Amino acid sequence: MVEVHLWSSLRSLTGGQQVVEVEAKTTGELLRALVQAHPQLQAPIDAGVSIAIDGRVIATGLTEPIPEGSEVYLMQRLRGG
Amino acid sequence: MALDDRKSDFTFVGTRPNRPDGLDKVTGRAKFGADISAPGMLHGAVLRSPHAHARIVKIDASRAEAHNDVKAVVTRADFADVPFKPGLEGEFWNVLENVMAGEKALYDGHAVAAVAATSALAARDALKLIEVEYEVLPHVTDVDKAMASDAPIIREGAADYSVPEGMHPNVVRYHESGHGDVEAGFAEADLVIEDSFVTEATHQGYIEPHACLGMLGNDGKGELWCTTQGHWIAQKTCAALLGIETSQLRVTASEIGGGFGGKTTVFIEPVALALSRKANRPVKIVMTRSEVFRATGPTSSASMDVKIGMKTDGTISAAQGVFRLQGGAFPGAPGDMTAMCAFAPYNLTNVKQIGYDVMSNRPKQAAYRAPGAPMGAFAVESVIDELCNKLGLDPVDVRLKNAAHEGTKASYGPTYERIGLVETLEAAKAHPHYAAPLKPGQGRGISCGFWFNHGGETSVSLALSEDGSAQLMVGTPDIGGSRASMALMAAEVLGIAYENIRVTVADTATLGYNDVSHGSRVTYASGLATIKAAKHAVEKLCERAAAKWGIPVDAVKWEDGCAVPSGPNAGDFDPMPLADITADMGSTGGPISGHFEATPEGAGVSFGTHIVDAEVDPETGKTSITRYTVIQDAGKAIHPTYVEGQFQGGAAQGIGWALNEEYIYGEDGRLQNSIFLDYRIPVASDLPMIDTVIVEVPNPGHPFGVRGVGETGIVPPLAAIANAVSNAAGVRMKQLPMSPPRILAALKDNG
Repeated sequence: MVEVHLWSSLRSLTGGQQVVEVEAKTTGELLRALVQAHPQLQAPIDAGVSIAIDGRVIATGLTEPIPEGSEVYLMQRLRGG
Repeated sequence: MALDDRKSDFTFVGTRPNRPDGLDKVTGRAKFGADISAPGMLHGAVLRSPHAHARIVKIDASRAEAHNDVKAVVTRADFADVPFKPGLEGEFWNVLENVMAGEKALYDGHAVAAVAATSALAARDALKLIEVEYEVLPHVTDVDKAMASDAPIIREGAADYSVPEGMHPNVVRYHESGHGDVEAGFAEADLVIEDSFVTEATHQGYIEPHACLGMLGNDGKGELWCTTQGHWIAQKTCAALLGIETSQLRVTASEIGGGFGGKTTVFIEPVALALSRKANRPVKIVMTRSEVFRATGPTSSASMDVKIGMKTDGTISAAQGVFRLQGGAFPGAPGDMTAMCAFAPYNLTNVKQIGYDVMSNRPKQAAYRAPGAPMGAFAVESVIDELCNKLGLDPVDVRLKNAAHEGTKASYGPTYERIGLVETLEAAKAHPHYAAPLKPGQGRGISCGFWFNHGGETSVSLALSEDGSAQLMVGTPDIGGSRASMALMAAEVLGIAYENIRVTVADTATLGYNDVSHGSRVTYASGLATIKAAKHAVEKLCERAAAKWGIPVDAVKWEDGCAVPSGPNAGDFDPMPLADITADMGSTGGPISGHFEATPEGAGVSFGTHIVDAEVDPETGKTSITRYTVIQDAGKAIHPTYVEGQFQGGAAQGIGWALNEEYIYGEDGRLQNSIFLDYRIPVASDLPMIDTVIVEVPNPGHPFGVRGVGETGIVPPLAAIANAVSNAAGVRMKQLPMSPPRILAALKDNG
């Protein structure tokens, strides 16, 4: 299981949960599992998210592996100039 | 992306060879956006709204269309029917609505129609023949007023899922993050300071205005030449806005005269293509400076509240910020980025940040180097400076005491990998600037700054020539010296001279997809792709050498530009130089090339610390920056001169943003200062010599340790300069720019 930490304002979409546990081995699986657990998370995911695995920010990739025991944070998609 | 072959000893990387585009640029041979023409070419011009907010009742272009010199007129009806979606999900619709107004003109300068005529003058004259009937609507240009309950509504339904119920429809996105318990943290503090700060919108200020040449036939095939930071996004967006297939539009990026984030989208490009499709001739459009100011860029303006608690030993016990950013008449103001970056330099137990994206009747904001981060840093670092002053603490020591490091839980959530903030602060403390005495009337300011950096989709192709030289094709327009740094990285892998590698920015038809040159991603991502492409070519070189020697390929290694036998059973052969292998490559297996396509996901975050001395004239309110030092972690500086240039450029633009640059709107909602005479960017005489220190804490996500350096340098200046000016003037400056009238008013208020 992966513990996914959400940003605070997503709590309104997960019944108050800021940490959601899902079964996932890749970033793509993780996003699918999050929506399965909390369908309202589809909106922020569609709007664009990045995933930080042990501090490394995966901006867009859906095939990045999530090692067992990793620290995982969902983040808003980064935009640069 | 796993990196098991990190390199730390370099031959070419870290040297300072001449720039490959230097001769072209100083002799005028370089071709920028406006430096192109085509047989039968027409000139386009855009009619723009004189109103900040108005319903377009009717557009009558019949007189213009009847004119002999006019070959086409376009309005919104000549573009594709792109679906509307809320927030940033509907970005194609947002861009289309910005490129050409639909039902309403949403800001002063919003395009409402365009013409193509036989000369630029004829096109501009023809605009006067187009009659537009407007119903003028109430407008709002201030971020706080745009959030108020009585504010005119820019557009219903633009808010996305994130906005809490009950907010004004102009609030279109909301972000909240943090950790710990800020109220408990404030209760532990010995001193809590809460204050509000305001920054005005500024323009990226690139010297080259937007310019393009578009050709589009009724068969849906087209060509576009334009000045852009990303020609693939231009291709994709123009195709969507015109309803054609992406691959049928070939886009070539010109040389670019500055972008800084402002050229990451399209403005006139789809208009030129729509005019061309209607006129069946090529159409060129070149913006005037006034059009650039009124209808492109600028950055967001901001209104912010920051509260920080500190103990007497300098420990920050809690920090909280509310950041309201106005991004024009469309979603996209980076309030979320401001919030996530604002406290990122610090190791905080209790932190909370809120960001708002707010619409107003201004042009659609565009990215500007680390979009959103400089404003937040201004507010946060000003409060930290005030706390240091009140508690009698050294500002560098306090930042060192609270500095984030490897293992710190970032204010935006995750745990940092290896980062270099502490090293920049230690370098600041040790720098002679920090110990230099100040004269009466001068003040010193310190600030830290943070930016995420980005990877992004990247394709690179490298081809070797028979004579042993190499050509490298990248897809990221060179906005900061990337051709030089790519050549250095390829030289490092191939072992051939920097001068023997020619780097070309390929067009969209000759290379795979590349994301925009933004997010400080080019040296990181295109660099990583260049290294991998060069290694791919080296593998083939080793194969050819092995075949020539009649030994297994794993008994050959690559050293200093030569194949050499490796291992006890490889045999005794002289090193075989690259040129000896390429000389007959056509007959030993064919051309030798290397390529790489991927989305690198290891762009390391970056930190900087700036030291500024300022002198304020109490009679005129004029500020002089007397000394400036930039210290920043580059991971590994590939071409140190360009890295220093990025640092200095950030400081120079920051000086402008902090002291003079601002969008000034009249009561009528029209921009009052749309030329460089009235919008004051710094000139050489406004700037001191800007000293630089490159800190190198390698990024674990890049084979050579590179961290992007293009954006972090704009994050600390606003705050560092504001702290210096406040310390010089003896009054806290809370609004940017700190122009002479504002400084005089602050001095007067302070008695």
